[in-house]
Amino acid sequence: MSEARLSLGERDDGPRITLAGPLDAAGAGAVWTKSIAAASKLRGRTLAVDISGISRCDTAGATLLLDMEAAGGGPLALIGATEEITALIARVRATRMPQPPPAKAPALTWRETIIHGLSAATEGIAFLGETAVALVMLPARMRMFRRQDLWTAADAAGVRAVPLVMLLGVLIGLILAFQSLIPMRRFGADIYVASLVAIGLVRELGPLLAAVILSGRSGSAFAAEIGTMKVNQEVDALTTMGLDPVTMLVLPRVLAGIAVMPALTIVLDFSGLLGMALVLVGDGIPLTAIGNQVAYWVQPSDFYGALAKSAVFGAAVAAIGCRAGLSTGVGPQAVGVSATAAVVGGIVGSIVLDGIFALIFFRLGI
Amino acid sequence: MAVTVTPYPRLSLRGLTKRFGETLAVDGLSIEVGAGELVTLLGPSGSGKTTTLLAVAGFVAPDAGEIRVDGRPVSRTAPHRRGIGMVFQEAMLLPHLTVAENVAFPLRMNGVGRTEREAAVGRALDMVRLGKLGARMPDQLSGGQAHRVALARALVKEPRLILLDEPLAALDRQLREEMQAELRALHQRIGAGLLYVTHDQSEALTLSDRIAVIADGKLHQIGTPAEVYDAPADAFVARFMGESNRLGGVVEEIEDDVARIRLGGGLMVEAIAVGVRLGRRCVVSVRPERIALAAVTAEEMGDGALPAVLRDVVHHGDHVRLHLDAGPPGAAVPLVVKRPAGAPLGGLRRGESAAIAWQAHHARAFEPEVGM
Repeated sequence: MSEARLSLGERDDGPRITLAGPLDAAGAGAVWTKSIAAASKLRGRTLAVDISGISRCDTAGATLLLDMEAAGGGPLALIGATEEITALIARVRATRMPQPPPAKAPALTWRETIIHGLSAATEGIAFLGETAVALVMLPARMRMFRRQDLWTAADAAGVRAVPLVMLLGVLIGLILAFQSLIPMRRFGADIYVASLVAIGLVRELGPLLAAVILSGRSGSAFAAEIGTMKVNQEVDALTTMGLDPVTMLVLPRVLAGIAVMPALTIVLDFSGLLGMALVLVGDGIPLTAIGNQVAYWVQPSDFYGALAKSAVFGAAVAAIGCRAGLSTGVGPQAVGVSATAAVVGGIVGSIVLDGIFALIFFRLGI
Repeated sequence: MAVTVTPYPRLSLRGLTKRFGETLAVDGLSIEVGAGELVTLLGPSGSGKTTTLLAVAGFVAPDAGEIRVDGRPVSRTAPHRRGIGMVFQEAMLLPHLTVAENVAFPLRMNGVGRTEREAAVGRALDMVRLGKLGARMPDQLSGGQAHRVALARALVKEPRLILLDEPLAALDRQLREEMQAELRALHQRIGAGLLYVTHDQSEALTLSDRIAVIADGKLHQIGTPAEVYDAPADAFVARFMGESNRLGGVVEEIEDDVARIRLGGGLMVEAIAVGVRLGRRCVVSVRPERIALAAVTAEEMGDGALPAVLRDVVHHGDHVRLHLDAGPPGAAVPLVVKRPAGAPLGGLRRGESAAIAWQAHHARAFEPEVGM
């Protein structure tokens, strides 16, 4: 059986590509690369192709000729084409789909950005409403509320976070004391480092850092747990059975967040004060003097205000994590996306709330 | 199971439409499911069948159209108030509860009293033939039993409609066949309508009272398994439902719904005309088991017979597939003929000439599919 052949030649009227042998799937495949390369070289010139020597031609051969035409960038001048082959090429040409334009990254306009933002805000408010309703309805839905889930979430978010909170607290206290000590010493105000760090820790950094830790450790875990249930249709299954997912999945985690955050804040405050004391004692300031400074400057209202704030942060971080989980979409990355959204949302939410608290406390003179 | 009988279909979808961004997932779907009827939504991945099911369940809000359960519009009703039970691909039993407690779980969560609950659980477990396994834990059940418990849990609230989202997809073949038989027996005993989603054609053919074939969100055909298999409404249904030989040709003549089609190489065949027009291209679809084969010449076989050469014989256990090249040399088209295992082939061997033929009403000529 003869094979397809390709040859290039020059004639008086210009260059010519000659194809011979069977131009079926096997034959066209054998000369495909060379034919396209030859046609590309003739780009901008008349593409004359002599097919008088081909023994048979099917749709694969016709496709090759049309691809040569595309590579040559101009109309094909066929020499020796029978009526059947011309008709075949016309039929194949008619069925060739135009190449789809390359996909462009969707550009987000200002309008779309605003719409997305409003939509997210609306969904967030709706979720807050659902959670509030679930909280009000809790006495009537106690059978759906699993206390075990509350203890489990409190253990994971609170007890197991204590070592990390203590470590970070000590380090933050150390860093703040060191950084404050250098400029304060120039003014002979070393002793005031204690009050500076204590007020900063108790009023602001304690609740805020505890919220960041809760968001990173537990907000993401809540989102991943509920997100996995969502992807596996377990949330849908609970809903069809008449169970309220907010009561069953969200409330235990939100209540755990509210319960553990003040405790974590206290642990972080005391760890931070310990770190600060280590630095100041090393600097030669007596422990009694440090204690007196802290007791004199830190008011009970600072402490209780921070605890109230931390409870709100706990509720926000847990609710944002649960909402991210319940909003999990489909696909292999969905749970990861939800966990990331929970962490980012939890941190941003806590800082925004802290700003609101700062404003309220300022107005109240606390 | 005492499901209230009403004059309305258990489920009625009218013009159901759902769009996700630019994608039209469900396009004006209208389907009814009667009492005690099992209707299967069958289609390839991305055809919109699961979106339809989730819209009926209440997890996806439709953009247009109406969903009625027992004649009552439910588009704005919460999922658990629609009177629907649902079975998912995984059994999703609670691992710390016994079988009976798992089945009772929806009732307990909704405040149903102990006596009423136990009676309902007993009925539901009997329904799936697991009445004696109520005390077992989920990890003591086989895959098939776990799915039956999931089915019992869907039945326990005596729903008017049960939605099944590929519930047997995760089971091995033997268990799947057992569960198919179980489902067939079950749906005839209960008055609820069953809407079953699958992409498995043989499962749909085995289980269904009616099959709704959908693709790209559109309903292509709804009918009994025999109608959908033997009289497909278009080329997509013929291609998707089971195996068929597809031969391209041009319509030369149409008389009394029978088209005469000229295939490549000049061969003439006959088929029922389904929306084809004179002088236009068409696709002839004929099932492999509908083709007659004999070790004789086409002339000896009679009018409408085609010459063929046997290329290969492949054994598939319960049947044999014969691969042939039909038509004159140089313009032969590949065809598959199926025969039950052990059926005589008339001494036909690989490489030998034969003749094939089919009756016009066993083949259908369609407009070619767009993009095919």
